Amino acid sequence: MAIAMRVRAGTGEIKILMTHPSENGLRKDAKTGQLVPAHFVKNVTVAVNGKTVMDGEWGGGVSKDPYLGFKVKGLKAGDKVAVNAEDNTGDKGSAEATAS
Amino acid sequence: MNSIRRHVLKAAGSAGLIGTAIAAGLLKPGQALAAWNSVGFNATKTDEALAAIGASGAAASADIQVKAPDIAENGAVVPVEIVTKLPNVESIAILGEKNVNPLIATYKLTDFDGSLSTRMKMGQTANVRAVVKAGGKFYTAAKEVKVTVGGCGG
Repeated sequence: MAIAMRVRAGTGEIKILMTHPSENGLRKDAKTGQLVPAHFVKNVTVAVNGKTVMDGEWGGGVSKDPYLGFKVKGLKAGDKVAVNAEDNTGDKGSAEATAS
Repeated sequence: MNSIRRHVLKAAGSAGLIGTAIAAGLLKPGQALAAWNSVGFNATKTDEALAAIGASGAAASADIQVKAPDIAENGAVVPVEIVTKLPNVESIAILGEKNVNPLIATYKLTDFDGSLSTRMKMGQTANVRAVVKAGGKFYTAAKEVKVTVGGCGG
């Protein structure tokens, strides 16, 4: 999965956008009438300079192309922020950004 | 007691599923499985989901704001922001109370500074509930969102 991340030192904002279908396994395909198999992001972690600040567990109720934004105290320009994610099929994605 | 028994049975059921997945070659035995609250995410009632995350006794709090639209035309994408002034936030959970599986996401947080935003699916008009664990205690608040077209499939 592709992940984009923006980090603002001034406001402490970390914004993450993933490209992912986030299928909850309950939706039927409009053409075939078959249930679309579950395919969603389960685990997401965000670390600032190697220290985990967010450890998330997600379900299929997160919207397609998941967005997460949150604020962290004490974020300084130059801080290295990393996000790692894994979905229910074992597919992984990651991104890094430097606070500015 | 009954609910504990149900959770144990459910957990046993999902362990069986994982075993089957390993047997079918879908999962390699050595593959690390990160923590994921299967009981909570598979719960079909808000009370059960709250119990699964340990938040059954969460106290209503005016220090949590659930910011979401009054009316969501598209239940597939409902923007939600949880804002709180509570100190020492340890975790946040978001639930859509009438979704097939109410628990949307949980976030363990360190150095949290009061605002978390995401986008969630809603099957029908319902409360969006936030549960915040701060200083070792659970607090909660909710906001009703009217949904015109549900976004959970079915």
